[in-house]
Amino acid sequence: MAERNGVRNGNGSVKGSFKVKAGLAQMLKGGVIMDVVTAEHARIAQDAGACAVMALERVPADIRKEGGVARMSDPELIKSIMAAVTIPVMAKCRIGHFVEAQILEALGIDYIDESEVLTPADEENHIDKHPFKVPFVCGCRDLGEATRRIAEGAAMIRTKGEAGTGNVVEAVRHARAVNAGIRKLQGMNHAELVHEAKQIGAPVEVLIECQKLGRLPVVNFAAGGIATPADAALMMQLGVDGVFVGSGIFKSEDPLKRAKAIVAATTYFDKSEVLAEVSAGLGKAMHGLEIPAIPKDELLAARGW
Amino acid sequence: MQGAFAEHVRALEGAGARTRLVRTREDLEGLDGIVLPGGESTTMTMLMERVGLLEPLRDAIRGGLATLATCAGMIVLAKDVTDGMAEQQGLGLLDIGVRRNGYGRQVDSFEAPLHIDGLNGKTFPGVFIRAPLVERTGDVEVIASHDGRPVAIRHHRILALGFHPELSGDLRLHREFVRLAASRN
Repeated sequence: MAERNGVRNGNGSVKGSFKVKAGLAQMLKGGVIMDVVTAEHARIAQDAGACAVMALERVPADIRKEGGVARMSDPELIKSIMAAVTIPVMAKCRIGHFVEAQILEALGIDYIDESEVLTPADEENHIDKHPFKVPFVCGCRDLGEATRRIAEGAAMIRTKGEAGTGNVVEAVRHARAVNAGIRKLQGMNHAELVHEAKQIGAPVEVLIECQKLGRLPVVNFAAGGIATPADAALMMQLGVDGVFVGSGIFKSEDPLKRAKAIVAATTYFDKSEVLAEVSAGLGKAMHGLEIPAIPKDELLAARGW
Repeated sequence: MQGAFAEHVRALEGAGARTRLVRTREDLEGLDGIVLPGGESTTMTMLMERVGLLEPLRDAIRGGLATLATCAGMIVLAKDVTDGMAEQQGLGLLDIGVRRNGYGRQVDSFEAPLHIDGLNGKTFPGVFIRAPLVERTGDVEVIASHDGRPVAIRHHRILALGFHPELSGDLRLHREFVRLAASRN
């Protein structure tokens, strides 16, 4: 994996190295990152035990409903959310829109999500993420896509799932695809690995790293459609390191209660008695969408490559 | 509970220890040492409080359980925390005052070589991620500083670090901690 060395300072310290970029994601593990659209939401998320928040103008469910071009959020909104909480704040930029990313970096955001939830700005190239001091998280549907993003400098990966649906089926598909892709590497010799890299469009070096580790070389979260504590625990049992919850919390009847329950379910993902307890009496979950009911050209996961 | 526990498990096992993840009161039974890892201190404290782990853990550490606290773990141990959430109430067992994210946001996260007292050989690679700034120290021993601020603190059977040895690939501090834990009684 490419190690970029960041910016050297006078006192012997180095800022923005890949180690500190990937390291923040390692600190988020076992946690829940929640989408928030106001400072008030951000405080609720923090009170519920979120390990980070994603600052947005509209949650994916609303982006889906309203249509039109979805862009980076207003810096004023992002700043108000950064001021409201002490946990890390993430924000989304469009795929390939490196200037939105530069703006987010200038705001001092802690993590940038180069996200398919927003309308892509470049249909061929993702952002070259290495030159940035701020770390990036990117979505994937399978191992090839994950390793391409890592080669571009992503310090964290998440499944794409299908955002704004409250339907976990796509996140499950993507997490299983990554797992299967990595399992397939075990026992391959170098020639076979190079061939596999060609088949799935993966950079060979990153694939070697995956084979050696038996997992992605960066932290891997689940995202896209998680709406209940059981959904979060399901993804954790499938082997992800943590979960993003987008529309699932603030589109539900009792956001604080549901958020707390999802946090507990992510920590105690393998303790069914805890899951039973926290799943009870949460009020209505978000309504949700069946994937086949969505017109093909409105599927967000198909954005990015 | 939440955070970089897997990295500590790897480092501790590399240092010859057997490990167990502690998520409930029962998990505390029979330990020689405990690691309070990096992560989000608000999340960890809240979860520990919710499942009734905070009190038994405080008693255990007070009773001499060897403790390695890194980054957020150091915040959880500290007596005074500034810039936490209004009601952030951790273990309050270590007489230091820390400012959360005192070095700045993620873009200010850094790596720096450290000279640590009692550690032979070359400098230790310090990995600081949204690290807490130690603003005040009371009755404790400072064993390393960076830019004039304490970054490693020892007090009886507690080793508290503002950085992340579990991300450094250098096992010397974990070995030191395993020795400390094994030296009980």
